[in-house]
Amino acid sequence: MITTIDQKQNFIKGIIKENPVFVMLLGMCPTLGVTSSAFNGLGMGVATLFVLLMSNIVVSLVKSQIPSKVRIPAFIIIIASFVTIVEMVLEAFIPFLYEQLGIFIPLIVVNCLILGRAEAFASKQNLYSSIIDALGMGIGFVLALTLLGATREILGNGSLFELKFVAENANTFILFILPPGAFIALAYLAAVFNKFTIKT
Amino acid sequence: MSKKESSFINMVVTLLIITLIAGLSLGFVNDITKGPKAKAKLERKIKALKMVLPEFTNNPVADIKLVKSEKAKDSVEMYPAYSEKNWVGTAVVGSTYKGFSGLIKLMIGFKQDGTIQNVAVLEQKETPGLGTKMKDEKFISQYRDKNLESFNIKVKKDGGEIDALTGATITSRAFSEAVQMAYDEFLKSEMRNAER
Repeated sequence: MITTIDQKQNFIKGIIKENPVFVMLLGMCPTLGVTSSAFNGLGMGVATLFVLLMSNIVVSLVKSQIPSKVRIPAFIIIIASFVTIVEMVLEAFIPFLYEQLGIFIPLIVVNCLILGRAEAFASKQNLYSSIIDALGMGIGFVLALTLLGATREILGNGSLFELKFVAENANTFILFILPPGAFIALAYLAAVFNKFTIKT
Repeated sequence: MSKKESSFINMVVTLLIITLIAGLSLGFVNDITKGPKAKAKLERKIKALKMVLPEFTNNPVADIKLVKSEKAKDSVEMYPAYSEKNWVGTAVVGSTYKGFSGLIKLMIGFKQDGTIQNVAVLEQKETPGLGTKMKDEKFISQYRDKNLESFNIKVKKDGGEIDALTGATITSRAFSEAVQMAYDEFLKSEMRNAER
């Protein structure tokens, strides 16, 4: 059942060839919603990375115990538990980030990236491969969200990680921190990303 | 994919076990984080109180008064401040749902005569880079040391004296509204009327 896979390839694919945001277009809701600044993107990315890693580990461990007809509800419960844990821990220890991300933390539950990896990968592969897969995909997600957040923050607010580099009253492309700017920025970034990574 | 057969009983049992474990671990984490969560909330409140009130020696959080108001869903929180048993002012939590993205919650500190000492933002979900500029000194300073008896708190577009934030008129309007609501509650408060 388990085919041997090249772990290095397995790790790299999440960042480049199957990048969840720029190539697979998974998890668009948090991607578009929270990336109004680089810091928010990074925070959301790391929260998702944690949930993805933990759920991949657990799903891979219990995969042979779960009857296949109830596997989706079982995965959702596992994922939802970890999301709730992340939410409680953030609220208790990093209240600043908790306020910024707000409603998007509970929405990690329905991030199809996580369920997708549980279903397509962790439920078929061994523990070690699943961890590598989660790390690769998660880091790909973090990088993509941070890049998108940074782009929007630079264009829309003239700052990066809250450090302003334009004058106080300078006109910036406010559009980019508003919702439509998320779509525009994502489209251009995805186009550029694919131009350099996809070999025809 | 998985080798286990999907019979009715083992589906129910599997889900039961998973939910049980999930429930237990959530309860466990909740127990751990309950303390720090409450502490973080209290700390934020005390920080805001220190920011908006004149110097006080009591514990306003312990002396909290909840007042029913027709303008707000929940009762309005009022934190009286005393310095050596003399009442020096009250912090009122003003809120409105008319922000660009819903709820805006402010804490407004009033001196004895109703002059605004300072305003602190407790909760908001406004657009980053536009509405969030209401936290900036430049905007908040417009409210400082103003007495609403003689100062029209509305934004200039509505005939008032407040310069709205560029690109965030709705936020500015809501901000003023929350301050106004807190002021109205302050006027009604027993503390102030007893003083008169």
